This record gives sequence, structure tokens and C-alpha cells, in this order.
Amino acid sequence: MKLLKLVPADTNIKFLKLRLPFFVLSMVLVAASWGLVLTQGLNYGVDFAGGQEVRLTFEERDKAPIAELRELVGGLGYGSPVVQTFGEYNQVSIRVPLPAEVEETPGAATEIGNEVIATITGEYSDARTDGNDTVSGKVAGEFRQAALLALIAAMVAVALYIWVRFEWQFGVGALFALFHDVSLTLGLFSLFQLEFSLQIIAAILSIIGYSLNDTIVIFDRIRENLKKFRKMPLPELLDLSVNETLARTVMTSLTLLVALLPLLFYGPESLFGLVAAITAGLFIGTYSSVYLASPILIWLGVTSDSFVPQETDVDRQEKAARAASRGQV
Amino acid sequence: MLDFPLWKKISLWSITLLLAVLAVPSLIGAGGLISSDAFEELPQVNLGLDLAGGSHLLLEASEEDVAAQRLENIEEAVRLAMRNAEPRIRIGDISTADDKLSFILDNPGDIDRAREELQPLIAGQGITNEWDLEVIDTQRIVLTPTSAGLSTAINTAMEAAAEVVRTRIDKLGTREPTIIRQGTNRIVVQVPGLEDPEALKELLGETAILEFKLVDKDALLTNVQAGIAPPGSQIFPYAEESDRAGGFEAVKRLGGIRGDNLTDARPGNDPQTNEPVVTITFDSQGATKFAKLSTENVRERFAIILDGEVLSAPVFNEPILGGSAQISGGFTAESAAKLAIQLSSGALPVPLTVVEERSVGAELGADSIRKGMIAMLIGSIAVITLMMATYGRFGIYATVALAFNVLILLGLMAGLNATLTLPGIAGFVLTVGAAVDANVLINERIREERKRGRKVIAAVETGYKEASRAIWDANITNFIAGALLFWFGSGPIRGFAIVLVIGLATTIFTALMLTRMWAAGWLRKGRPADINI
Repeated sequence: MKLLKLVPADTNIKFLKLRLPFFVLSMVLVAASWGLVLTQGLNYGVDFAGGQEVRLTFEERDKAPIAELRELVGGLGYGSPVVQTFGEYNQVSIRVPLPAEVEETPGAATEIGNEVIATITGEYSDARTDGNDTVSGKVAGEFRQAALLALIAAMVAVALYIWVRFEWQFGVGALFALFHDVSLTLGLFSLFQLEFSLQIIAAILSIIGYSLNDTIVIFDRIRENLKKFRKMPLPELLDLSVNETLARTVMTSLTLLVALLPLLFYGPESLFGLVAAITAGLFIGTYSSVYLASPILIWLGVTSDSFVPQETDVDRQEKAARAASRGQV
Repeated sequence: MLDFPLWKKISLWSITLLLAVLAVPSLIGAGGLISSDAFEELPQVNLGLDLAGGSHLLLEASEEDVAAQRLENIEEAVRLAMRNAEPRIRIGDISTADDKLSFILDNPGDIDRAREELQPLIAGQGITNEWDLEVIDTQRIVLTPTSAGLSTAINTAMEAAAEVVRTRIDKLGTREPTIIRQGTNRIVVQVPGLEDPEALKELLGETAILEFKLVDKDALLTNVQAGIAPPGSQIFPYAEESDRAGGFEAVKRLGGIRGDNLTDARPGNDPQTNEPVVTITFDSQGATKFAKLSTENVRERFAIILDGEVLSAPVFNEPILGGSAQISGGFTAESAAKLAIQLSSGALPVPLTVVEERSVGAELGADSIRKGMIAMLIGSIAVITLMMATYGRFGIYATVALAFNVLILLGLMAGLNATLTLPGIAGFVLTVGAAVDANVLINERIREERKRGRKVIAAVETGYKEASRAIWDANITNFIAGALLFWFGSGPIRGFAIVLVIGLATTIFTALMLTRMWAAGWLRKGRPADINI
């Protein structure tokens, strides 16, 4: 039986030749992402903004009365709600952000939430409450803080691990690639104004893990080749390493992708944001492993000596002592 | 690397099968095929609230409330201690401003005796005092709460509050609630199957502190309505449901009793008016106090005050000696039932506010499980097809290992009594997609070694050996990210992290160890001259 080979053997693509343009492109994208996040902001869900999100099914209708709902809930005086269909046409999610003036009041979110649900179920007898999330301003603030802390801690911790297992240049390369991946994912969420919730933080943390998989495979091969071909110029060696591992990089990303796509399209609607973020992160992460993490090694001056045991003072003394003793004999 | 003695094979297989069998009850349970009591006893994966439907409430007590309550208590205790001293120590100008208790001794010469009397009140259980005592101008005493004393008080209050919350929920008749303290001043309540937490929130939203206080009959009605209390009295509004809603009542500060010595509270109806009432029964200590209060004040009005609102202010027609009393106050049958639960489970030591609420309907949860399962099935088939088409026999090994991986993951979760949440389903799919990565790395390496001209056995051996390094590194970094996710997340997110982290461990086991054992067995038995990879 002839086996499938997605990547032909012995590819020799000069990835590193384009390292500068791609690096510039990446930097522009990172800058653009942060620009978006800082100017347009992230579309915080109730987890991070506080307020209420309720999911309803209108059991006796084909289509939910979206415009009327918007008016009804907007009429309560807590600002304009976000009303959108969710799965079927008769299912909606209604999000009412917490007004700024009651952000500090602990029970305010629950009271507003109760009022929203009571108003809707009072007006529409066929409205069934499928789910309700109400988060007070204080708890939302704590979530924001914990999320930021977790992201930074994860990036730093994995970079430290890479540093310990490889060399500091590899740690910096990995950290840089991760920063790029996280930035671009945030940029995408800001650009499309997708709801940014706790689930998305979970997605980004798993992106940090999986994006690193490809990076590690390439780094591992670079280390091996550095020991093997000590005279080879670094750019050439990196190209060789990326090419040798190309089939793995493609295959591992592909298996994850084919597992995720059905979940993205047929999975539960509540998981869409999480799965979409991981899928986007998969592409961004694979790209950054090849085009960012490796070239940085050139600029940071990795040499083949990095993995050859250095001669320490003790070694030198011993050697001198041995030479001296030989001289005596 | 390819040497597998019999004991190793037997132990690998027994671990695999044992853990896989653990998954069976959960799998059957998900299909709903068997439902018997014996079956329920078997370890199964718990479904999170987002899959099973239910409510999650995060309750918070304000630390200021605890501090204020504590200040009130120490004021009472100080008054009592000074009055009971032999001879009595006279004090005045008591103030509780700035979270401090301050008062003046009428006679500065009493200072040493006062100190002695106060010592047991301010000493804590440990070495640090619960209050700092300070004397200003030889006769003013100021008690300031110490931070250790305050945190002990908060802790005690929260312990008691959690217990009251548990009792109240149990009396509501809901099944298997989870009630745990979180942080210093929070309580998490999770009730599976309860889709509408409205009744629960009402039940927990009130402290239910019941007080009986004598009405100050000398107070001028106009002053009372204007909120001006006569000396020694305080003013409470009538509850909205009572027949005198909007009105106020002036009651005497001292000499009342608190309704926390109750043994029972039941809803009922007044035999004459048929109005819903709550009948309370005091314990012996409470009964004595109540008998004394009613005997000394026959023909006087007294106010029944619940959480700072007057329910009614009836007259003691005769001494009440039986230790039971009837409370009326414009109740409906529902509100009487609710109050009965609240009173009989004791008052909350501190008010609780809902700061986070999440509820999911069971239908949405069931729908999520179904969609998640279908998506996982399609995804698995796609991964399996890809692996077999690319790596042939070694792809089959990876596939079988993947099946065991999912089973063992589920089995371990059941064994650990872990909770499967909606994001956890995504975690399963991610594990399926990423588990074969290890096999991809190994198989690609074997391909490479064969191409370089190594013999079959050497190629497989080198493949496993060289690929292991990157596999371990990748899994450890993922583990770091997963552990941080577990630390950061709560509820559903934590469920995601659990699946990811356990999945990494099972992946190392199945993708690295099991496939190696199978590959080694085949190489040993078949002694192939070439492999199609």
C-alpha cells in the first residue's frame, strides 16, 4: 500500500532567506494588534465586564423577536443590550453590561439580572431561560487581574523551561514567538469584536502550550544539528533543521486541525469562541515557530559551541596539572 | 528501548485495561442505558453544572458588616461586664465611631478594676489579643480591633454562615448541593438540577435575625414618623408586607430578646383569622427569657423585628410561659414557609450578597453533550484516517493507542471523581488532536532513519529514542500552561484544565509506551526486512 506523504521528502525551502521581511511583517502585525486592543478595545463578556448574559429559547416561534427584545431590555434603563441569535433562530443571547455607576455595588448585577429575566418572561410567555450568567463588578475585576497574571506567568514559565532545557537564546526565541501568538490572537478578537470571556483565556493558555510544540520540535532538531554539523553557517543549519522537521510540523498541526474543525462547525455554540481562538492560534503558532522563533537564534548569536561543554577553570587546572606531570616523567 | 520482558508487558496491559474498564460506567451512564442503584455506586465522571444543568452562586459577606457586628457585640459585652462588676463600674459617653469602642469611666479610680474586667473580653484564643486596649486622659478607654481578631471573627462568621446556608438549602429539599468556602469572605453554592435559583437566592438573601423589643410607648408619634428617637430608644420601619407598611415604630434599645434560641419554626394559619403565621418554639433558655419578658410586661406592646424591619407589634395579653409564640405580619403562605425555614436554620451571622450567578438549563446541557460527542466522533475519524493513510501499520498502532488514551482519560477522571464540563469536552477533542502528535514525531523519525539507511530495528529504536526528548519537552511545557490554567480558572475552565493535564499524562503513557510495546512485539515476531512507513 502506498502511504500518503503530504510533505515530499528532502524539501529544501529557503525559509530563512525571507526572515527579515517576515520579521518586519510580524512586528507590524503585533503593533497593529496592540493598536487595535488599545484603541478599539476588547469586547469583554460578562466575565470581565460584569453584568448579565442570559440565553433564551422562544419555544413557540421560529424566529426570536430580536428588535423588540432590544427595545424592551433597553427600556429598563441599564444602557443598550447586545442581543444576538445563538444557534437556532429562535435562540438568543442577551447581554446587559453593568452600568459604570453601580460597578462597586456587590449585589447590583444580580438585581439587574433578575429584572431583565422577569421583564422578558413576563412579556413573552414562551421564553424559556436556558442559561444565565451574572457577574458583579468586583468579581469581574478579579477575573481580569487573574487572567492577565495567568497569561504572563504561563509565558514566562514555559520560556524559563526552554531556557533550562536548551540555551537562553532559545528561551528568548520561544518567549518572543509566544508574545507574537498571544498578541495576534488578541488583535483578532479586537478586530472582529468577538466576545472575550474566560473561555478565551483558556484558549490562549492552550495556544501557548500547543504553539510551543512545533517550536520545541524545531529547536530540538537545531540542537542536534548544531552538535552534528559544527562548521555549517547558522542560517543554513536553521534552514536544514526547519526542512527536516517540516513533515512533522505540518502533520502535527494538521491532526489538531482536523480534530478541531468538526467542533468548530458542529460543536456546541457555547464553545465556538474557545475553539475559534485555538484554531486561529494553531495557524499563528505554526507560522511563528518557523518564521520567528528560529531566525531570532541568528540575531541572538547561537553558535555550535552552545551545546559543547565549555572548558571550566577546574578543567584547565586539571589539564595543566596533567601536562605538568607528563613533563616531569 | 525495544526490550519488553514479560513482567513489563503484563504490567502495561493490566494498567491499560484496568483504567479503561473504569471508563465503562461513565460511557454507559452517558447513554442512559442502565439506571439502577448498584450502577450508581460505581465511580463515574461527574457532569459539571454547564452540562447537567443547575445553578452556581457565589455569595460574599462584607468584612465591614462583620466588623460592625463585632463592635455591637463588644459594646453589649462591655456594658454587661461593667454592670456585673462588684461593685458596679459606672461608665458613660459610649461611642462606636471609626470602628472603635470608646467610653469614659465616671470614676477614674476604677481604671485598674475596669482593665481586669475587660481582660477576658479582649484576649484572643492565641497569643495576640482580639482588641487593643488604650487609656486616654486616665479615664477614657478605647478598644481597637486587632487585625488578627478581625480575621478570626470573619472566619468564625463565615464558618457559621456556610453551615446556615447548608441547612437552609437542605430544607429546601434540593439534592446534593455543594457548599464550600472560598477565600476569606465568600461561599460557593452549587445546586445541580436547580435551573431557577430565584427561590434559593431569596432564601439566602436575608440574615433572618429575629428580635423581640418593647415598644417605647412614651415616644411621640410625630417624632417617630420624622425618625427622631427618644433617648434609649431606636426606630425601625415596618416591613413592606405588613399592614402598617410605611410606618415606623420606636422600641427600647435594651431589655429585648433575640430569637436565636429557637428549636423549631413552622408555617401555619391563625385559627381565628386564618392568616398565614409562623409558629416558633424556643429552647429552654429562650423560653425562660421570653416568659420573663412577657410576665414583666403584660398589657404592653412589643415589636417583632426581622432583619431590622417590624413585622407586627402586638400586645402581651398574658404571660407566655409555654415557650412557643406565633408571629404574624402580613405573610403569604409562601413567605411564611420561607421564614419558617430561615428561622429554624438559624440566623446568618452576617448578610450575604450574590456576586456571581450562573445557571444552565438541563436541556441546553444535554444538547451540548450530544453536539460535543458528534463533533468528537467526526474529529476522531478524521485523525484516524489521516494517521493510517500516512503511517500504515504504525498509524494503526497510533490509532489503537488513541482509543485507549480516550478510555484511560475518562477512566482516570471517573476514578478521581473529576468533573467533566463543557470546555472539558473541548479538552477531550484537543487531546485527541494532540495525542497523535507524539506518534507523528516518532514515525517521522523512523522514516528519516530508514532513509538514512538504518536497519529496521535500529531505525525504530532510534526513532523512539530521539523523538522522546521533544515529546517530553512539549508535554511538560503544555503541563505548565495547563497547571496555570487550573490555578487561574474556576468551574468550567478548571474542568478544561483537568482534561488537558490528565490527557498529557495518558498521552505519554499510550503514545510512547503502548505503541512501543506493540512495535517491539511485531519486530520480534515478524522480523520484517522492511517497513512501509
